[in-house]
Amino acid sequence: MTRINVTVDGVSYSDEVEPRTLLVQYLREGLGKTGTVVGCDTSNCGACTVHLDGTSVKSCNVLAVQADGHEVTTIEGLAENGELHPVQQAFHECHALQCGYCTPGMIMQACDVLKNNPDPSEQEIREGLEGNLCRCTGYHNIVKAVQQAAGAMSSSSSQAVSS
Amino acid sequence: MTITEDRAADAASPEIGKARRRKEDQRLITGRTRWTDNIQLPGMLHLAMVRSPFAHATISSIDVTEAKAASGVIGVFTGEDLKDIQGVNITAWPVSAEQKTPDHLPVAVSHVAHAGEIVAVVAARSAAAARDAAELVDVDYAELPAVLDLKEAAKDEVLAHPDLGTNTSAVWQLDSAGQGSGGDVEEAIAKARESGIVIEREYRQQRLIPAFMEPRSTVVDPTGEQVTMWSATQVPHVLRFCIAATTGLPESKIRVIAPDVGGGFGGKLQTTPEEFATLAVARKLGKPVKYTETRSETMVSGHHGRDQWQKLTLAAEKDGRVTALKVDLMADLGAYAALVGGGVPVLGAWMFNSIYKFDAYQFNLTNYYTNKTWVDAYRGAGRPEATYAIERLMDELAAEVGVDPMEIREKNWITHDEFPFTTVAGMTYDSGNYEAATEKAKELFGYDELRAEQKRRRESNDPVQLGIGISTFTEMCGLAPSRILGALNYGAGGWESASIRMLATGTVEVITGVSPHGQGHETAWSQIVADKLGVPFESVEVLHGDTQIAPKGMDTYGSRSLVVGGEAVVRAADKVIEKAKVVAAHLLEASVDDIEFSAGTFGVKGTDKGISMPEVAIATWTGHNLPDGVEPSIDADATFDPDNFSFPHGTHLCAMEVDTETGATKMRKYVCVDDIGTIINPLIVEGQVHGGLVQGIAQALWEGAEYDEQGTLVTGSFVDYTLPTSADTISFVTDHTVSPSTYNSLGTKGVGEAGCIASTPAVVNAIVDAVRQFGVNDILMPCTPERVWKAIEKGRSVPGEGERDAQPHFDEGVPNQDPGAASEGSQA
Repeated sequence: MTRINVTVDGVSYSDEVEPRTLLVQYLREGLGKTGTVVGCDTSNCGACTVHLDGTSVKSCNVLAVQADGHEVTTIEGLAENGELHPVQQAFHECHALQCGYCTPGMIMQACDVLKNNPDPSEQEIREGLEGNLCRCTGYHNIVKAVQQAAGAMSSSSSQAVSS
Repeated sequence: MTITEDRAADAASPEIGKARRRKEDQRLITGRTRWTDNIQLPGMLHLAMVRSPFAHATISSIDVTEAKAASGVIGVFTGEDLKDIQGVNITAWPVSAEQKTPDHLPVAVSHVAHAGEIVAVVAARSAAAARDAAELVDVDYAELPAVLDLKEAAKDEVLAHPDLGTNTSAVWQLDSAGQGSGGDVEEAIAKARESGIVIEREYRQQRLIPAFMEPRSTVVDPTGEQVTMWSATQVPHVLRFCIAATTGLPESKIRVIAPDVGGGFGGKLQTTPEEFATLAVARKLGKPVKYTETRSETMVSGHHGRDQWQKLTLAAEKDGRVTALKVDLMADLGAYAALVGGGVPVLGAWMFNSIYKFDAYQFNLTNYYTNKTWVDAYRGAGRPEATYAIERLMDELAAEVGVDPMEIREKNWITHDEFPFTTVAGMTYDSGNYEAATEKAKELFGYDELRAEQKRRRESNDPVQLGIGISTFTEMCGLAPSRILGALNYGAGGWESASIRMLATGTVEVITGVSPHGQGHETAWSQIVADKLGVPFESVEVLHGDTQIAPKGMDTYGSRSLVVGGEAVVRAADKVIEKAKVVAAHLLEASVDDIEFSAGTFGVKGTDKGISMPEVAIATWTGHNLPDGVEPSIDADATFDPDNFSFPHGTHLCAMEVDTETGATKMRKYVCVDDIGTIINPLIVEGQVHGGLVQGIAQALWEGAEYDEQGTLVTGSFVDYTLPTSADTISFVTDHTVSPSTYNSLGTKGVGEAGCIASTPAVVNAIVDAVRQFGVNDILMPCTPERVWKAIEKGRSVPGEGERDAQPHFDEGVPNQDPGAASEGSQA
């Protein structure tokens, strides 16, 4: 067993883990962060995507011990003060989810796409989400939601600048 | 009576038809979810399955000693250990009285018939310990020859189940002359051979994997008086029935819950070996247990879809009027007859004639067993296969006659003034307007402009050719009238159940027997009930997916939830209103005959007196002032059994660019105009269409389950089974025409499967259309660049056909070109 110190969704944890434990297993089984889910065993589907120090990672592809000393944000830590993140809001508005299983990973990846490119084209969004599979939506409304979120985030940041 | 006034103001804006954002979303977008794998119970143990690596073998011995001794292992169970209580995975649909059906034991006892079949179960204190110990189970197999190819299976040289003596499961026929719904197919074909056109083709429906995103998971808690099973299933009620029917547990002792379920597409329309094995181990140990599969296990163990060979003979007159269609179908059931199993191809029997008026029709089906994963419903189930065949054939006929493929369809389809129309297969379509949907689709598509561009590219020998694919589909869904199911030897009814509970404080509980897993029923049912009862959308709570809460139901599949389950909700609401009227009349001191209900208010004719539904509800709850002999309840139940299926239709148009030098294809545009009758929530409908489209497009372009010669599934993970990504797909243009159904009071038709049924032939028709001038008339699905390229090369090698000058690949001035090609281009 190895001791790790990790901050997850703003709370710091200190735990003993088996070295082989995947970050996603630690989140789900160790911390009860079941909002983050597992969809495959080959790192293809992206359902388990979280942010590690602000950058998206597939948490099935990171060992828990690799998160030692780092900060993890999951879908459960995205909304702040009861306010949905603009990407969450846009997913709701645009009907970008059906069964909702891919949604946590898809939202976390969409945040990452927008962080790196606040004004992406449709093609850039499509390429940015390529590592996240969805079987329900045909991606149409997911792309739309990310476009809408980009608009909402840029107008709120321009408001912040002007105020 | 303020509530009355509120509702009167809202009455101008009905909920039905509104693009309500979904009630379900809040939890799902914040990670507050209840997937089965999230469930943790005190003392819960975890299971891992030991699976056969062989496609066909007998089990000589199983040594579990080492596994049992491993750290944290509570028990290891073989089929022998569980055989008295594990039950059996049954088929609900033996399609003929003579059907041969091998026993499908959840955990094999002596014989395995496909790779991935469970041979032992390990229970341990953690999932990791269970998996580690599963590796230590030593199974000695005696390998048997495996039959893997459908056409090989038909020869009966190698048997998937030697005990059965044949690989043939069942033979089934629909003949228009025999049943009196049309003429003699052989006569019509013979006549066409003399003086008309005969098109003969053989099409392959490759095997697909449903690939829902949530791997299946089952938790069983045997510690209460009822055994509780949570499962990632589309069919909690059917599952409870099957457990009771085969394990010895009385139905009243079983509670099945489908919590949040992450997609299904038919793939979770199953009662699985894993569910039965988990139940058996939980009962053996008397402890709660959980089994969650890995994706690799889903791929080999969850049922697959499609897998047919279709031999088709279409007879027509010289001008393209179709006179007959004969279908000879071979369907691969895999190793076992699954829940719907052999009935899936039967569901296609009424759909090969689609929207057309044929004189004669015959459908001949033979189902076969092979040593591969079992096959059952996958989005569309029987109808995509049929639609593919006929829509491909109509294009072939158009090519033969030498007219635009839309013209051939127009010549043969049922016109809008001919409804209701009884088809040559014997189905009566209630309503539709193929002309209107087509006109709208062509306009949105820019049909004429794209045809003009296609012509230009052909004339200029452009290396990138353009093809236009049409699919004017219909389907039968809304499963199903119980009497028809009975006539077809199906083992259950097709009704649906609903209950409405009018709570004292003004809110409403709606209990539905369908079991959603992404379809947004909570939102759509709330809209229906808000309109019916005149209560706010927000006041309606929809409950489902738990046999204790919703004791009666037939669950969700076959685009049935709205057209059957939604209608049950409507009828329960009608009963609530009738019961409440009696109370309202009493409270208003009026005769029941004088009470009118509108927009949530019971009024007295010719007066301004009125009382709202919530006021009646609380008056009923107190019971202080009810008419004599009236029970203090306005709650109601309804069970609806439809008289007929639902027949949505639509016109789908697809433009594909084909690079004739590499075989690469690119979707340029996709337009669909679907007619699904009345739309409850356009937002949800669009979502269903988009998702269906991509699954159908994926069959055309990317997906296929492939086995090696040993019977190992080589597309056994998401690395090799290539689901489309956002980067592979485009945005779609979707629209609607509305021909309300006459079979339910809302006028709705099913939509869940429509996109998936329609899109596959539209895409393949487009690709073939792009390269037909090279002598190509078919390309196997998925139409990979390699297959497209080979088809072009093969077609070109036919003397006299498809000759053209070599052209530079890229346009000048376009960046990111291959340097060699660019210099070649500039030289040209």
